[in-house]
This record gives sequence, structure tokens and C-alpha cells, in this order.
Amino acid sequence: MNAPHELPLQAEVVATQENYVGQSVPRSGAKKLLEGRGTYLDDLRLPRLVHVVYFRSPHAHAVIKQLDLSQARKQPGVVAVFDGHEVAKFCTPWVGVLGHLKGIRSAPQYAIAPERACWQGEAVAAIVAQTRRQAEDALDHVLVDWDLLPVVTDMEASLAGNVVIHPDLGDNKCFSRELITENFEAEFAKADVVVEKVYEFSRHTGVTNEPRGILADYNPAENLLTVYQGTQTPNMMQDIFSRHLGIPESNVRVICKDVGGSFGIKVHVYPDEMATAAISVMLKRPVKFSADRIESFLTDIHAREHKVKIKLACTHQGDIIAFDMNDLTGIGPYSVYPRTSGIEGNQVVNLTGGPYKHKHYKAKLDVVFTNKNVTCQYRAVGHPIAMAITEGIVDEAARKIGMDPAEFRRRNLIADDAYPYTFPSGVKFEKLSHHQCLDQLMTLMDYKGLRQEQANLRAKGIYRGIGLAAMIEVTNPSPAFYGVGGARISAQDGATIRLDPAGMVNVLVSVTEQGQGTEAVFTQIAATAVGVKVENVRVITGDTAITPYGGGTWASRGAGIGGEAVLQAGKVLRKHILDVAAAILKVESATLDLVNGVVVDKLSGQEQMPLSEVGRVAYFRPDTLPMNFQSELTVTRHYTPREYGFTFTNGIQASYVEVDTETGFVKLLKHWCVEDCGTIINPMLVDEQIRGGIVQGIGGAMFEECMYSEDGQLLNGSMADYLVPMAGEMPDMVIGHVQTPTKTSELGAKGVGEAGTAGAPGAVMNAINDALAPLNANVSVQPFTPQRVLAALGKI
Amino acid sequence: MSEHCMHAQFTVNGETVDAQVPVRMHLVDYLRDELGLTGSHLGCEHGVCGACQVMVDGQVVRGCLTLAIQANGKQVQTIEGLTESRELQQLQAAFLEHNAFQCGFCSSGMLLTALEITKHHKKATREEIRELISGNYCRCTGYQAIVNAIESVLVKSTSKSGAKV
Amino acid sequence: MKSPDFSYLKAQTMADVFAALQTHGDAAQILAGGQSLLAMLNLRMTNPKILIDICGIESLKGIQKTGNVVRIGALTTHQEVLSSSVVQAHVPLLAQAVPYVAHLAIRNKGTMGGSLALGDPAAEYPAVALALNATLIIQSATGERRVKATEFFISLYRTAMQAHEVLIAVEFPVATSNQRFVFSELARRKGDYAMVGMALAISLEGPTIREASLAFMAMDNRPILAPHAMQAMVGQPINQQTISQAQTGLDADLNPAGDLLANAATKKHLSRILLSRALMQAGASHV
Repeated sequence: MNAPHELPLQAEVVATQENYVGQSVPRSGAKKLLEGRGTYLDDLRLPRLVHVVYFRSPHAHAVIKQLDLSQARKQPGVVAVFDGHEVAKFCTPWVGVLGHLKGIRSAPQYAIAPERACWQGEAVAAIVAQTRRQAEDALDHVLVDWDLLPVVTDMEASLAGNVVIHPDLGDNKCFSRELITENFEAEFAKADVVVEKVYEFSRHTGVTNEPRGILADYNPAENLLTVYQGTQTPNMMQDIFSRHLGIPESNVRVICKDVGGSFGIKVHVYPDEMATAAISVMLKRPVKFSADRIESFLTDIHAREHKVKIKLACTHQGDIIAFDMNDLTGIGPYSVYPRTSGIEGNQVVNLTGGPYKHKHYKAKLDVVFTNKNVTCQYRAVGHPIAMAITEGIVDEAARKIGMDPAEFRRRNLIADDAYPYTFPSGVKFEKLSHHQCLDQLMTLMDYKGLRQEQANLRAKGIYRGIGLAAMIEVTNPSPAFYGVGGARISAQDGATIRLDPAGMVNVLVSVTEQGQGTEAVFTQIAATAVGVKVENVRVITGDTAITPYGGGTWASRGAGIGGEAVLQAGKVLRKHILDVAAAILKVESATLDLVNGVVVDKLSGQEQMPLSEVGRVAYFRPDTLPMNFQSELTVTRHYTPREYGFTFTNGIQASYVEVDTETGFVKLLKHWCVEDCGTIINPMLVDEQIRGGIVQGIGGAMFEECMYSEDGQLLNGSMADYLVPMAGEMPDMVIGHVQTPTKTSELGAKGVGEAGTAGAPGAVMNAINDALAPLNANVSVQPFTPQRVLAALGKI
Repeated sequence: MSEHCMHAQFTVNGETVDAQVPVRMHLVDYLRDELGLTGSHLGCEHGVCGACQVMVDGQVVRGCLTLAIQANGKQVQTIEGLTESRELQQLQAAFLEHNAFQCGFCSSGMLLTALEITKHHKKATREEIRELISGNYCRCTGYQAIVNAIESVLVKSTSKSGAKV
Repeated sequence: MKSPDFSYLKAQTMADVFAALQTHGDAAQILAGGQSLLAMLNLRMTNPKILIDICGIESLKGIQKTGNVVRIGALTTHQEVLSSSVVQAHVPLLAQAVPYVAHLAIRNKGTMGGSLALGDPAAEYPAVALALNATLIIQSATGERRVKATEFFISLYRTAMQAHEVLIAVEFPVATSNQRFVFSELARRKGDYAMVGMALAISLEGPTIREASLAFMAMDNRPILAPHAMQAMVGQPINQQTISQAQTGLDADLNPAGDLLANAATKKHLSRILLSRALMQAGASHV
């Protein structure tokens, strides 16, 4: 071996490859967003662009007796006006049902309602003008005669069926499900203690900072439709535009630029967006629709309107025997396409009782139509309900038998060595870590210390509460979620990774970015897998003409599924790069390694050539390589989870609050979350996802409520009246982790995007009720407004 | 177009604008649609979310609650200009370091509020920072990282000014 | 939403304003800070023919103490009130209220005159003006008149001002050393309109309350005084009995309709709590 001073000057010994997986690398690729250089939907302009606004029904349920658009057509700047019949010639209707939700029903929904409006805000006409403001001016000139129909807004009234929204369906039931484990009644009867409660959850909505928008650009010369849209799932939309507008699939290109928040709001099919695309085809020019905030409140999907009765049966010692749950949920007048509005309730059935080791379970679900806005999947879909009712009734049981709630959970959480495990609802857990998480939480929050502090303050008449919420979360779903039901929604994703001649690595991924840091995470995985520095990787997402075909972002699948595809593609590219280098150097590729962008001798670590040299020769001088050698410096790999229908994660949250028992105001003092999402790729991004999710959950628990009058009028559809969490009222949040990688992928990453939202409402509710317990008061209707707290205290 | 227009002359990021302005158009629409400065965003257009904030004569205002015509004779600065002038450099670096942004839609407004804090509330506590940013809606971060980022800049400037650390 | 069309006049003098008001009457609206008006325009909740921008009229600006009065020009922004040492020193009730007003960016543009002329029942300034019985100075083409706050707020968004008049200033009495002031408000989030709010001004002689003025926000369609509660305090020391009697007085004074945030019972309950806490705070403070 040559002594170091004898080696040629350029033969440096290179350090080992940086392992970016597990590092909190800042999102340098997103720096543009801090400089006002992002490109959101409404920032886009195209030549001959026109703007569409929708004339929306002021009534919750009414037949269009007569619609006269002739005056509107004459207004300054107006280019065209359309009603539902005209648009229906270019865009076929849809029905939001899937085969695996047995018996689910809905009625056909059109891009623009041709005959009848079924909720306040449903579009019944389109006005296209040179500018948005001219189109809005023209709205005042739409003449419409309505025949009002009876309105049903209350869920129980809807279930009773005196007013049936779709006569063809016979009643208002969209979907029902019943589940009962063997011998349930007999087992339940063995209980020493039964606690029962009714919990109510008010419907609320996503309030993405950037409202929905779409820019559709139809080019008749190519029969090509290009759609710019902030959708989470461009391939799904490509398929839907293709089938409903009658344009061949590959002639539809969906492009996602920067998205100002989505959280599930922008994963669904909206009639006004479909109409906009149809109108572009009809007018043969670009058409933009940018929802304003008022429209967003009226028409962005709402979610989480539930009334649930739940019973918990346990022994004197505190062993849970069974859960019995009955969930009534009110959706809009249509099941949303294509994912259906039955999924949220279905999740509540699947997940209630989730963290616990009981064997007996009975559940009933009724999903009913109402004349309010449509509802569908919104961050954490069903989990906030399931975890809140479970954790709420668990606290009730603990209180009843006089056991500390942490102790009660300790006794009943599924053991960490019990896996794989099949839960009474049928879902399967690969490997969870409930006890490790509980241990860490107890330490992180100094549970004993807080209990002491609580007791001391109670003696002085200050009421603080501690609330726990254990949780499970669905992530990385397989086709079990939608595909098996017949939906053309992909559960697999792909990554195409390419070495560019100058030595940078390009990655095209089918998962999309809405701010959570998907692209950053992929640069880290790609850099590590290939063997380069993270600043030399570029990731591109969100263009169906360029990125591989895949599912996009939903159900916390981006890092786990997309990440695995990137990892596998990266590993193969690394091998192919070394094959080229070996051909150049005339050595065996097994003697080489790629470290931080430099080809090195594996044994000595000495630098052999920079990556740019590999690129130069492969792309520009293949004549210098062996005759039968072909450089393959672009690699694609796809990945879909197979062994488990869903890769479950687990975690536990805690909330510490102080209730002002005179005013009913609740101050959120602090919040904790210990989460196990498997391999963590970027701890900072993961923790911030959890924090953002917690605050979003707190929003639903404390502030947010879409208030409707009895006749279906949305009463608080503005940012002044619909209360979203702002900084002044939110707590600091401490996050901890356990890491149990999934064995279903090499990366081992599970999802985490929704965990915060899943557990926060339950934790906060339990904290409030823990504070109120000495006063024999209890809240069970979200949001927990001061008025509801005062009512619980008997002060009003 | 039959709407009312009036002549206005003002500067935007140091450049003079001399034009007929639709009277009813608010300042952010003018900046976005007429000048292509799309860094200021519209989240609500009723003055609540703060995504539209710009600076007029050195003061942060809601751009959607300012008529473009009211900018006549004034100096307007947007996120683009304040980036170019490097006034926001420290805050932008802190936001990047602390991941005090995710989708970025609130960021231009949030950064302008943060700038005002660093200028006029140098001793703000975490609690006070929270209060001062409570007019800027963020749905993604849950606010803690933003508070951390602003706090880190305030701490740096305090220690720079020679106070004992 | 985008505003409907309107024409616009940048007034150089008050004469310009009155001429335009003469011509257009009800179809004209005054544009000051615009923080309420422009929001309403963007929401298409109002449709004026012309906006008269008074922001350039210098005589409408400024904060001045003259004798036992602090005169605040109608165009004074909330931020200027917030940072005014004159207000801090001489109108402490107003100084206590300003931090509750909206948010930083809104305070940079919103004005005293705009807030008072709108008279939103859930806003801070109208209740403060009422509690201090401030004097509203109103000008028209024919001259000036002065209206006490107790006569100014009539019903929902309706004040004593006529269509041809402009609010040009407000005069607040200077606080004296025997006075105590408490402003307090309950809102779901910092900067929101009040769920319930109150402004209290009392004069003490020794331990005895000699005068009491108590105004409530968000308890009616305009800011209102609570005369029975006030009466119950006069001649009494600040103690638990007086507090209870004042709370009883509130029952007669306050008859709120519910709103989206709170029903009538909640508002009434909260008003009692706020009053109790305010009196205790006033009793404890020595400033």
C-alpha cells in the first residue's frame, strides 16, 4: 500500500456516503416560497385566458323552474354563459359509489346542476368573462325562478325519511354497515361495569389558505386538454377528465404547480372544476376558475358530522371486554366522487377501540344524505371521531372504577409483542408500539409532576385537566382502500431517476407536494441511495406527462410508498453508474463505490473520477466504451404495499388545559405527542407535520363548526365567522418518537401526515373533562365552546 | 371596459408605476394582475387571513383592504422587493432553518408581520410573538415553528446589540 | 369576491367632501381607513355610487390635549392611538382598549372616526366613547355640531349622523386621579370582535364610588350603558355586596339577542362575570 505522501495529488480519500435518511435537512428547494416566487394556481396566465364564475343556488333544495341567462350574456366583458344542460353535452355525470362499500347508493351528479339544486351553493349556471370581476358583475343579471322543495338538514330527521332528497332512492340512506363479532351479546353480558355516552361532532371543513382553483386549456388542434390544478392526485384526475369529457387518456395532461395547502380538500372531484374543464373544451381556449373564500365555505368538502353512541364493557379490575358503537353521520345530497362519502364512517367502524386488546365488538353505521354541502375525506378521515369516542369512553370507564386513566390504558393497550395482530373489526396490524409510546409520553410530559401540579391548583380553585388519547392510524394503503371497489385510483407509485451529464441527479416521482416536504424527503432518499450530495438532487412531481403513473398524495402514503420507489430506483441507478465507471476504468464494478458524488475505489476510498466524468463519457463519448456496453442512466421503479391492506402506525397524545369555570373559556397550556411512524426520513419535517396536524385537530375540537340554519343556509361562511385556530390560542407542542420500521419495504417508513389530527380532539376533550370532573361536569359535543362548557357546569 | 378608472402614480419595489387604475381594484389584484407580482396572495379578500399583506410607505397593511388608487403618491413594497433589498434575509433564513413554512401561501404575509416585529417589538416574548402574528392565518405549521423562527432572529439581534447573553 | 364598480373622489378639503355629499346623498360613502368599508365592498354587501376618500385632509388628523379634553382627529389610526403617550397618560380606558382592536396590519389603517361612525356593537371604541361620554364632533356644509356619545349610537350601524355630515373628531375627557378604568373583553381569539365586552369608568371618593359609567359591547345592536348596574354602584364601596347588586342591575339593563358565538343566556352570564372581575380589579388598583 502506498504511503499517503506518495499518492498522486488527485487521489483523495473520500469520506463515507452521507446518510441523509434521518437528518433534518432544511427544504432548500422550497426557499422560493419564502421569496414570493412560488407559482400557485391563480398566479398562472395563458394567452386568451377567460374567467368563469358560477351562479350558485341560494336555496338548499329547489327546482329550477326557469333560468334566463340572456341578460347576463349581454354584460360588459362576458364571453359566454352556460346552463347545466349545455355543459352536460360535454361532461357526463357521475355517481360516487364503490363496490367494496356494500350497498352504497347515491344519485347522478352533474358538472352544473341542470334541473335541481340540492344544497345552498350548488352551481346552476356558468358565466365566462374577460375578467373575474366582470363575470361577478354579470351574476347580478341572471334571472331564475325557483320552486322551493322541502329541506332536510338534521341527520335524525333525514334517517326518519319524511323528506326524501332523491325519490328514486326511496330514502336518504347512502350507506349502512353492521358488524358484530361472534357471541357478542353473551360476552358483553359478562361485564361488571358498562359505561355509555353519546358524542357529537359538528361538521367542519379544511379552509386551505389557497382556495381551490383550476386552469383548463383545451387545444382543439391536438385534441389535447392541459389542466393546471392543485390536486393531490393528478393521475386520478387525468383518468376522470378523460372518461367524462371523452378525451383519450394520454391526451389529458394534469399539472400541479405549488399548492397552498390541501389536507384532502383538493383530492376530490368538484362539479365546478369539471365544468371549468368542459367549458374550456366548449370554448376552445384557456378557462380559469379560482374559488373565492365564500365559495370555498359553501362548496369545499365539509366533513366529520357525526352523532355516536358508544358503550364500553369492562371488568371490575378494568379489563375492557367489548365496545358497542352506533354512528350516525350526515353527508351532503351526493356521495362525493370517486372516493365516496361512505369512507369516513367506514373508518369509524374499522378503528373504534383500535389501540386495545378486547376481542368483542359491535358496530352500526348509518350515512345519510342532507341538503347541506357535500362531505368527504378530510385529513385523518374518521380517525378523529374514532379516537375521540374510544378515548372518551375509556376515560369514563377509568373514572367509574376509580383508576388513573394512564393506568387503565396501560392495562388494556395491545402488548408490544403481540404482533402481527388481527383486530375485532378485521383490520390487521403488522407491529405497533403502544406501550413504548406510553412510557415515553409519561416521561416526556412528567405525568406524575403534572398530576401533582393539578392537585395543588385544584386546592386553590384552579381547574386544570390532563387528557390522554392513544391512537392508531391508517397509512400506506394498498388497493384495499379504493382499488378493490373498482376505483381507478392507483395505490402504487413510481420514481424515475436519472443522472444528468454534469453530474446532477433528477428524480421524477408520482407522489405530489402540498407543502409537507415530499420533494425534500425524496431528495434525501435519492441522494443516499445513489451516493451523491443532497444539494445535487432535483425532484419533480405533479405532471402526468412527465412523472410516472401513480396514486399521488393521500392517506399518509407519500413518504412510505413514493419513498420506497425512490429508494429502489436510486439503488439501481447507483449500480448502473458504477457499471459505466467500471467500463471507463476497465475494472470490475464491485471494486468501485459512489460516495457523495465521487466514484471511489471501494477498498482504499481513493477518488477515481467525479460523477460529471461518468456523465460526459456516457452521454457524449460512448464510442470510448466497450462495443456491447449500453449505459442505462435512467431507471424507473414502482412500489405498492402488498402484505397488509394498510400499514398501521400508533401513537399517543396528551393535552394539558386550564378551564376558567366562570367563563367557560379553555386555555390550552401544552400538548404532547409520541408517534411511531417507522423510519423517519426528516425528523424536522415529521415533527412539523405532527404539530400542524395537532392544531388542525384542535381547530375541530375547540373552534370550527359549519353552522347551518334549519332551512339549509350556511350561517358562518366567512373567515370572520368561521373560527380557525390562530397563533394566540395555540399551545407549544412537544413531540417524541418510537421507531418501528415496517418490514413491507426496505425504507421502513410508515406515514405520519395525519397522526396529529387523529388524536388531538380526543386528548383535548379528555383534558377538559378531567378538569371538570370534580365539578361533576362533562362535555361531549364538539367544538367545546365556552357556551358548552358553561352549560355542562350548569351556569347557564 | 365600462368601469371607472383614474390615473395614479406610485412606486412598487422602487419602480415607478404611472397608469390608469380601475378604481374598484384593490392593491393586491393590481400587483398580481397588472404588474405580475404574484408573491402576495389572496386567501379571503375580507381582511382576515393576512396572506395579502404588503408594505405601503413602510407600514404593513392588508393589500386586499387597500384600493390600488390609494397607493397614488406612495411607495409600495412587496415580498419580491423586500427579498431583493435583503431586508427579509435574516427572517427568511430563520424560516428555512426552522421549517416555519410548509405550503408557503401565508409566508409572504407572515414574513411582513415578522419584519414589523423585528423592527418595533424587539423584546417580544414567545407569548407576545404569538399575539402579534395572530392576524396571519397558517393552516400548515400550527404556528410553533414560526414563533421559533422569529424568536431566533430577535435573540440574535439582542445579542448583537451587545446585551449580555 | 371582487368589488362592484364605483367612482372615486380624493377630497382635498372638507368643502370637496360636502359638495360631493350634496350631489350624491345616500349613494356616497366616506372612505377613511377602509378596513370595514373595503371588506364590505369585496363581499358585495354594499353598492355605493361613489367613494369619497378623506385620507388626505390634514385637519382630520392628530391627537391633542387641551385643558381637560383630549381631542382625537377622525383620521387617527389605531396604531397612532396605541403609540400615543398622550392617550396613555390621559385616556387610560382608551389605552386599555386599543390592544384588543383587530390586528397589526388593520391597526395601521383603521381609524377612530371610521370605527365610531360605523358604530359596530361588538367594536371597542364605541363602548369606550360611551363609557366616557365622549363628545363626537360632526361637521356639515353649514357648520359644526357636537353630540355626546350617549346620544350618538342609535341602532344597528345607525348613528346620529345624517347623510350630509362627516365625523371630524372626538373629544375624550382627561382622566383624573380619583378615577379608575377597566376595559375588558371576552373573545374566542385575540383580535376578534367581542363575544361580550365592557368599559368601566368610576370615580372614587375615598372607598366610595361617587360616579359610575358602564358600557357594554356585543350585548345589543349598538353599544349600551347599563344604568341599573351603574345606579347600584353609586354611593357604595367596592365590595362583594356592591358587586352582587350591580350584577342584579345588569339583569334589567341587558337583553341581548344571541349571535353565532353565544346565546342570550351565555352573554348575560358572561357580562356578570366581566363586571365582577372589573370591579375587583378597580378596587385593587391604585392608579
